[in-house]
Amino acid sequence: MANKLIVAPAPHVQTSQSTACIMRDVVIALMPALVVSTIVFGVDVLRVTAISVAACVVFEFLIQKFFVNGPLTISNWSAVVTGVLLAFNLPASIPWWIVVIGAFVAIAIAKMTFGGLGKNPFNPALVGRVFLLIAYPVQMTTWPMPVQGAFDALSGATPLAAVKHGAVGPDALGVQDLLLGNMPGSLGEVAALALLLGFVYLLWRRVITWHIPVTILATMALFAFFVALGTKGTENPALLWQLPLFHVLAGGAILGSVFMATDYSTSPMTVKGGVIFAVGIGVVTMLIRLWGAYPEGMSFAILMMNACVPLINKYVKPKRFGVK
Amino acid sequence: MEVLLYTILTLCVLGVLAAVILYFVAQKFRVEEDPRIDEVEKMLPGANCGGCGFAGCRGMADALVKRDDISDLFCPVGGGDCMKAIAAYLGKAAAEKQPEVATVRCGGTCEKRPRTNEYNGTKSCAVAASLYVGETGCAFGCLGFGDCVAACAFDAIRMNPETGLPEVDPDKCTACGACVKACPKMVIELRKKWPKNRAVYVSCVSKDKGAVVMKACKAGCIGCGKCEKVCAFGAITVENNLAYIDPQKCKLCRKCVNECPTGAIKLVGMDPLPKEPKAPAAPKAAPAAEKAVAKEAPKAAPAAEKAAAKEAPKAAPAAEKAAAKEAPKAAPAAEKAAAKEAPKEPSHES
Amino acid sequence: MKTFPIGGVHPSANKLSCAKPIEVLPLPEAVNIPLAQHIGAPAVAKVAKGDKVLTGQLIAEAGSFMSANIHSPISGTVTAVDMVPNGQGLRQMMITIKREGDEWAEGIDRSDKLVRECSLSAQEIIARIKEAGIVGMGGATFPTHVKLSIPAGKKAECLIINGVECEPYLTSDHRMMLEHGEEMVVGVTILMKAVGVGKAYIGIENNKPDAIAHLSKIAAQYKGIEVVPLKVRYPQGGEKQLIAAVTGRQVPPPPALPIDIGAVVCNASTTFAVYQAVQKRMPLIQRVVTITGKNLREPRNLLTRMGTPVSALIAAAGGLPENAGKVINGGPMMGRAMVNLDSPVTKGCSGITVLSERDARRREASQCIKCAKCVSACPMGLEPYFLSKMTQKKNWDELEARMITSCIECGCCQSTCPAYLPLLDWVRLGKQTVMGRIRARAAAAAPKK
Repeated sequence: MANKLIVAPAPHVQTSQSTACIMRDVVIALMPALVVSTIVFGVDVLRVTAISVAACVVFEFLIQKFFVNGPLTISNWSAVVTGVLLAFNLPASIPWWIVVIGAFVAIAIAKMTFGGLGKNPFNPALVGRVFLLIAYPVQMTTWPMPVQGAFDALSGATPLAAVKHGAVGPDALGVQDLLLGNMPGSLGEVAALALLLGFVYLLWRRVITWHIPVTILATMALFAFFVALGTKGTENPALLWQLPLFHVLAGGAILGSVFMATDYSTSPMTVKGGVIFAVGIGVVTMLIRLWGAYPEGMSFAILMMNACVPLINKYVKPKRFGVK
Repeated sequence: MEVLLYTILTLCVLGVLAAVILYFVAQKFRVEEDPRIDEVEKMLPGANCGGCGFAGCRGMADALVKRDDISDLFCPVGGGDCMKAIAAYLGKAAAEKQPEVATVRCGGTCEKRPRTNEYNGTKSCAVAASLYVGETGCAFGCLGFGDCVAACAFDAIRMNPETGLPEVDPDKCTACGACVKACPKMVIELRKKWPKNRAVYVSCVSKDKGAVVMKACKAGCIGCGKCEKVCAFGAITVENNLAYIDPQKCKLCRKCVNECPTGAIKLVGMDPLPKEPKAPAAPKAAPAAEKAVAKEAPKAAPAAEKAAAKEAPKAAPAAEKAAAKEAPKAAPAAEKAAAKEAPKEPSHES
Repeated sequence: MKTFPIGGVHPSANKLSCAKPIEVLPLPEAVNIPLAQHIGAPAVAKVAKGDKVLTGQLIAEAGSFMSANIHSPISGTVTAVDMVPNGQGLRQMMITIKREGDEWAEGIDRSDKLVRECSLSAQEIIARIKEAGIVGMGGATFPTHVKLSIPAGKKAECLIINGVECEPYLTSDHRMMLEHGEEMVVGVTILMKAVGVGKAYIGIENNKPDAIAHLSKIAAQYKGIEVVPLKVRYPQGGEKQLIAAVTGRQVPPPPALPIDIGAVVCNASTTFAVYQAVQKRMPLIQRVVTITGKNLREPRNLLTRMGTPVSALIAAAGGLPENAGKVINGGPMMGRAMVNLDSPVTKGCSGITVLSERDARRREASQCIKCAKCVSACPMGLEPYFLSKMTQKKNWDELEARMITSCIECGCCQSTCPAYLPLLDWVRLGKQTVMGRIRARAAAAAPKK
């Protein structure tokens, strides 16, 4: 034996699933949606995503290099994840400088001011998006039409906005269109099926558990079901399944619940806490969608529930062994 | 314009209202406290180090005011003067304590105590100590992961990367005892602080038998008892294969230093006694300089010490020149002369 | 398929030696026998330097009720009773014996003949187990006679035999079940008699189908013994996890013990030792030790006399490989890394695992990403990330409130952490400190009564 014996306390095995590995898996899980989005909206999608990712990585690098002490952590891919998620929350037609501003807000303000990965209380990509939505409302709500099969009925509005303003009913778009993304919207939210594929990949890689996404979508569906029942359900029974399905598939419901609400540092530490968190997101989203000022409420709902996470962590403890 | 005016007005009214509410709440829930506690807290150093046994200076101040007998309370940071002032203010009798300084009793440098394995766990002495013997063969000595450094609120203790041992800056050390508590091996002791930071102490805490100590470390106490025999003041006791110098009885005569076969007795701030003629020229404390000055016998001893100080930073701190001049009567006059020449000599030799 | 209710992980099993039959390691030239090989008071040496001893002769007597006898594993001369470094380099009292032949003490039946019938009373059985110095051989080394002496006011309802061996690499229990199943099941009947229960379960994970089939076949011949196949999941071999997996009942947090819910758990190898002690008057002087590691030339299961230096086992497996980085006493999840390979095999040593330097070195830790994988992996339902942080902040009260004393130190949290944080290093330290504080409090409260 050439070297001295190495000594350390047990355990002597470590998982091969490192932080970088997890973040890379999230990026991989987002790729199908990126592909579908590119097909739907054209190469603009790639342009926005590339700018967003590059800006996020560069901002994180610069801040770690010049403003905070400690090792560089850009190799852990977390800035890439934030970049892709931020891009997925923007319309494909957005000017490049707005993307850069969004990336700055996401990384510099929402993430690094709190100490970087694992310490940020709010989802950085969503903070970036909401900032842009408030600062640049026109650019942020000008949706390009899909390259093929444009919808006259929607006339450049997202399905959620169109339904909200009473232009069309929730049945205007077929389930097939909603699943495949043939509608205007943010570049990552239009392809429900591709996002679900990513969800399955994340479950298979054990990056996330099913609890938060499924609970959010179930809460939304249930909420929509009761709203339908309370309004026109009796005269139009088809609405009882159309409205829930529409709310689950349209807008950022799937993107938000699978990729944003499950963000590690901004979601509760326990399964039980996660379920409470998820129910909260589902309810707040539906409240905003149906009665709020904005047609889409996913990002606000997630940010609001992010604020509750420390409280949930304090009061919701895991099920202790041997304690009734 | 009107909107702006209304906005400013509303905000002002709101602010005033909130201020009024706050005022009444503060009045209603005010905690009545002995005003002397504030005064005493101001007199305390405000380091909040916990050296007194309370969580912070406020707790200490509270206890000082409320207790009738404060003789068992002592602020090691403020020291005797601070306690006297507080006692005078409160009209109570203060405890008197001599100044102390944290002393690291381990001489197992990287060089003298070879590493036998590589520790790959959390760099914490407490964690390592609960796991195993440590990176060296010595089960008693310093582990070198710096729990004491982390515990010190005064930046008075630092790891020396060359020796792998912590070093105390006696001028910054307040003897609060945080490092003593933090050390799982109980290597650090609070010892009487002599003027000019002089000290003589056994720099080893190993209770292993001599043969075991020698195998693990070249600077350990082997419990031979030579120092105990030579001490004229009965300050040294050897128990469990380990010598201990009682700081209250020790008069810094330094005879034991020359007796120690392994150099485990450390001498700080003073020159060693010259060796008896029969013994080799240079003192044991400076083996590095031995060959350089072997011929020049007692005269060059302090110079050798200087050289040693350069080569091995641990051997003797900066106060040396002064110490050499003020050397006790026992030192021969020749030494004084040498001390004056000393600054020049190292350059010839090195 | 049954398993325990909360947490758990799936480390790669690496059971390299599971197909290797048990072989006898040649007797060592000299042995070191620590007086403290068990939980509780150290044994008191009954021999001095220069004494001649026989194999199986009592050389140290239990120091108190919570202690265990120690017998000489070889015959020869006592050369020293002195402080000798153990595997962690810490000196502890050991009896050193130089071997001269292999002469056995009288009254020990060394034949292989199976003795089924046992006409002894429960007290007599426990006395023989105590006499033989048997302790839990799964690693906890709890004196078996203490475990079997049910305290007044409590009643055992079932006996659970731990054949799980969930620790990666180790195969000694597995081989014992395959090769000594008959004796083991007789041991189970003896233990059932000792604690006065009519029902015994043998829990085995279903990655050992041969052991499940073999023991089921034998158990069918006896009344009240059932083999329970369990879903593979670490740390199923933990006492509390095994009870929960087999019976569905959970032991309440400390200071409650398994007996509080009527369960007595015994390791599979211990069961064999009980059979030998009661039916053959054979004291616990040897055990099967797995010597394993991916880079060892020949991983093996070796019947080893207690006190044999670990280096002899490594030599028998082809010597320490060039790239060896860590030698672990036990398996990689809970075993202790060794610095002194001349230290002896003791009663609780079920295996020696050699890891290559690449596998041994911890990866660089980064910041916590709050992924909560440690929380979902903890089989005790604790929050390791929080406990680790609070230990570093020395917030002992908070640690106690968050039940740090329930931690079983299984290592699930640390092994599953994607940031490679040393969670258990801190949690273990925090647990020790909090336990010390609880003891100090109890001691302070006691004199007032």
